Amino acid sequence: MEVTINNIRKEFERFPALNDVSLKIASGELIALLGPSGSGKTTLLRLIAGLDFPTAGKIFFGDEDASHHSVQERNVGFVFQHYALFRHMTVAENIGFGLKVRPSSSRPPKSEIRRRVSDLLDMVQLGGLEKRYPNQLSGGQRQRVALARAMAIEPRILLLDEPFGALDAKVRKELRRWLREFHDRTGHTTVFVTHDQEEALELADRVVVMSQGKIEQVGSADDVYDRPGSPFVFSFIGESSHLPVEVKEKTVLFQGQPIGISEPVEGGGELFFRPEDVSLVDAQDALFGKVTACRRLAGTRIAEIDIANEGHAPYHVEVEVPLHAPVALGSEVRFRPTRWKVFTNG
Amino acid sequence: MSENASSTISKQPFFRDPADERPLAKTLLILVALAFLAFFLLLPLISVFVEAFREGWGAYYEALVEPDAAAAIRLTLLVAAIAVPLNLVFGLCASWAIAKFEFKGKAFLITLIDLPFSISPVISGLVYVLLFGSGSLLGPLLKSWGIEILFAVPGIVLATVFVTFPFVARELIPLMQDQGSGDEEAALSLGASGWQTFRYVTLPNIKWGLLYGVLLCNARAMGEFGAVSVVSGRIRGLTNTMPLHVEILYNEYNMVAAFAVASLLALLALVTLALKTLLELRFGAGNAGGRH
Ligand SMILES: Nc1ncnc2c1ncn2[C@@H]1O[C@H](COP(=O)(O)OP(=O)(O)O)[C@@H](O)[C@H]1O
Ligand SMILES: [Mg+2]
Repeated sequence: MEVTINNIRKEFERFPALNDVSLKIASGELIALLGPSGSGKTTLLRLIAGLDFPTAGKIFFGDEDASHHSVQERNVGFVFQHYALFRHMTVAENIGFGLKVRPSSSRPPKSEIRRRVSDLLDMVQLGGLEKRYPNQLSGGQRQRVALARAMAIEPRILLLDEPFGALDAKVRKELRRWLREFHDRTGHTTVFVTHDQEEALELADRVVVMSQGKIEQVGSADDVYDRPGSPFVFSFIGESSHLPVEVKEKTVLFQGQPIGISEPVEGGGELFFRPEDVSLVDAQDALFGKVTACRRLAGTRIAEIDIANEGHAPYHVEVEVPLHAPVALGSEVRFRPTRWKVFTNG
Repeated sequence: MSENASSTISKQPFFRDPADERPLAKTLLILVALAFLAFFLLLPLISVFVEAFREGWGAYYEALVEPDAAAAIRLTLLVAAIAVPLNLVFGLCASWAIAKFEFKGKAFLITLIDLPFSISPVISGLVYVLLFGSGSLLGPLLKSWGIEILFAVPGIVLATVFVTFPFVARELIPLMQDQGSGDEEAALSLGASGWQTFRYVTLPNIKWGLLYGVLLCNARAMGEFGAVSVVSGRIRGLTNTMPLHVEILYNEYNMVAAFAVASLLALLALVTLALKTLLELRFGAGNAGGRH
C-alpha cells in the first residue's frame, strides 16, 4: 500500500509537534523515521495510523483520502513502543483478538482463527507458546507477539514505534536482522520509528531524518550518510566535526587562513567533515592544532585536536589517523579534510 | 519485571537489620498495637453480637422479622440496590474521563468527586432539605405533581448516592491513570469497536479495583446514618433504614432488638472486610505479575 503524506501539521495545545511534513512511502518499502527524542516521530506514526488526527494536511492510502478515517477503518498494524499486550489474555488470545472482534459477517470461525494464530506464531518463531501470558515472556518474545497480533488483521501497512527500544543490545541486533527478513518475506509496507541511527541505516530502504517536527532529509543510508543535506543531518548521523569558515574567491578560509580546500559558493558558512575523511599533510595551508587526547578505535586511532590560531578561541575536532601516524599527546598535527561540506549561512 | 520481583535478598544470619528494633521494644510495640485494636475494634464488635444474642436465638430472630425491622431491612437493600449501580456507572464514567482525556476543569472535577468525603454527612442531608424542602422552589413544584422527595424513599436514595459517590471513582482513577490508554489504543487499532474495547480490554484491566470500589460503596450505602437521618423523617416501617431503626430501638431501650439489627450491619462490615482482603490478595498478585 502506497502512503502519501501531504503538508501535515500537528499541534498539541498550540505547540507544533509536526510542521509541514510531506512524505511519499512506496508500496512494499521499509522506511525508518529517525530523529532525536521529541522530534515528532511517534506523532507522525500515530497520524498515519489514525490514532491521532492532523491539525492540517492530508494522508492518502493509495488514491483514497484517509485523513478522516478512523483507526479501525484504516486497517493498519501498529506495534506499540511498550507492546501494549493484553495482560489478561494468553498469547493466542492476544494474536487472535483482531479476528475475534470482527463483525460476525467477516469473522472467521473459531477453528479458522486458531489455525491462523498458530500460523502466525510459527511465522514469528514462537510456536508452542500459545498458552503463555505476556508476563511469562521475555522482552524479545513479547515484541514478536505484538508483531504477530498486528499482522493477524492482514494490515495494509505495518507501523512500529521503537520496536527494539526496550530490548538489550544482543536481542536488538538479532531482532533487527529478523525484522528485515520478515519484511522481505511478507512484503508489507513498513514504517518503523527509531532514535538509533545504526538501526535505521542498517535496516531501512530509506531513512527519514527528523528534527523538531520537520523532515530534514529523506534518502537511502548512503544518501544520508555520504550526502547529508543539512547541518543537522551531518552532525546527527555518524561522527563529524564542524568549523566556522569563510569562502573567498573559491578558497575556504578558517580564521582568515586558507586551509587548502576550495568551494564554489562564496560567503560565510560552516565546514563539516567526518573523522575518517581527513588526511595528515605537511603543508602550510591546512588545519592544524594540538593533540589533546588519543584513543584506539577498532582498526584505527581517533585523535582529538584543539585547533587555535593565536587570538582565537580553540575549536575541538576529531580526526581519524592511521595507527602508525606520529600523533603523540601534545604534538602538533596538520591535516586537510578530503571530503567535506560547507553549509553557507542564510 | 516479574523476574526481579521474585528475587529477594537473602538474610544475613549475623547482622541485624539496622531498622529492626531491639526485641523488647518490638514486643512492646506489637502488644500495644494489639491491645489498642482489641479494645477499640474487637471488643465493640464482639459486644454487639453478645448483646444481640443475650436473650437467645428466638429473641434475635423475632427482632429481625418484626414488621418494622423487616421494612427497614428491605428499605436499606432497596436504597443500596439503586445507589450502588448509579455510582458504579458514574464512577466508571468519571474515572474514564479523568484518566483518559485532557479537558478543562479536570482538576475541579476531581475535587468535586472528593466533596462528599470532606463534608459532614449531616450537611449532605441538609443540602437536600434546602433543595426539596417546603420552603424551596423545587419541593412544592414536585409535590404538586405528586412526587415526594423529602421524608420519602427518593430523598433517602439521593442522600445515599451523594454520600457514596466517591468510592468507585476514587478506586478507579489512580488505577486507570496508571494503566494509561495504550491497551485501548491497541484494541482499537486491531479493529475493535469502542464497546468491544471496553468489554474485552478496559473492564478486565480494572475489574478487581472496580469490585473493591463497589464493595466499599455498598458498605457505606447500607451503613450511612447522618445524611439519611436528616432527609428520612424516620417514619417507622416506611422511611427507616437499618441504621436509623437501630437508633430508634436503642432510644427506646430495646437493647436486644437494637443489637440484633446492628449485628446484621456488623456482619455486612465483616463480609466486606473479608472480601476486600481476598481481593487484595488476588489484586496484589495480579499487579505484581501482570505489569509489563
Ligand atoms: N499528547 C501530547 N500532548 C502534548 N504534547 C505532545 C503529545 N504527544 C507528543 N507531544 C509533544 O510533541 C513532540 C513530539 O513528540 P513525539 O512525536 O512523541 O516525539 P518522538 O517520538 O520523536 O520522541 C514532543 O515535544 C512532545 O512533547
Ligand atoms: Mg517516540
